[in-house]
Amino acid sequence: MLTINNRDKIEWHEGMNVRDVLVAMKYDYPLITVTVNGELVTEEKYSTFNIPDNANVIVFHLAHGG
Amino acid sequence: MGQLPVDNRLFERNVPGSTEVLARCTIALAGCGGLGSNAAIALARSGVGRLILVDSDAVELSNLNRQHFFQADLGRPKVEALADHLKAINPAIELALHTKRMQREDVFHLFAAADLLIEAFDLAESKKWLIEEWCSLFPDRPIICASGISGLGHTESLTVRRSGNIVLCGDEWSEMAQGLCAARVGIVANMQANLAIELLMSKGDPGTC
Repeated sequence: MLTINNRDKIEWHEGMNVRDVLVAMKYDYPLITVTVNGELVTEEKYSTFNIPDNANVIVFHLAHGG
Repeated sequence: MGQLPVDNRLFERNVPGSTEVLARCTIALAGCGGLGSNAAIALARSGVGRLILVDSDAVELSNLNRQHFFQADLGRPKVEALADHLKAINPAIELALHTKRMQREDVFHLFAAADLLIEAFDLAESKKWLIEEWCSLFPDRPIICASGISGLGHTESLTVRRSGNIVLCGDEWSEMAQGLCAARVGIVANMQANLAIELLMSKGDPGTC
């Protein structure tokens, strides 16, 4: 089981990567930053970074304005 | 810039124990607009000893609805105008000023001396590469970001989320095209400054990076 944004739960499976989580959660906003257990995962690794079971995945949405 | 002696009366109302710690800290601000200028002022008033300021822009009239600048600053580089305002609060604050459009490859040499970074860029794409580069170069140092500061009201939606050394303030959905209000931008800028102080105080002995 994975915890998403300290709130939602989704089933974990062997070989699950960040891209799988984003699809499962229906996240299609392009400007995001993702961490797994506190570690930043860069976009080029979304399809290769395997997420361990019981991980905490955080998806930050980045909006313009500063 | 050379360090001047601090008149101790300046910080006599500070939280006991904070002044000595913050005086040894170096905080970098990537961007000196609505977020960066207001956060820098709060940090200077709190007694932070050294700031690194980076911004490529000059002050425009349309900035004055939310940024810590004045009519007399119009046309001046933001980092220089802001430096004068910070020195007017605390003449002893040390400042490193960089008027330039930051690129990803600048992060190391501009911010190597910083204990902590405040992300204060306009564009979400820039926020993204700055977070990635900072976390890659300095994985043990915090970065405090902002996302979703636009529009009016919705005060309850301005939150703080943390993961590892990434902290993000804002509502994560409002966009610059909605317009920007001083009160809301200022809240998030001060949230960033407050978080910086919280993290540096919890670290206890910064300046040893």
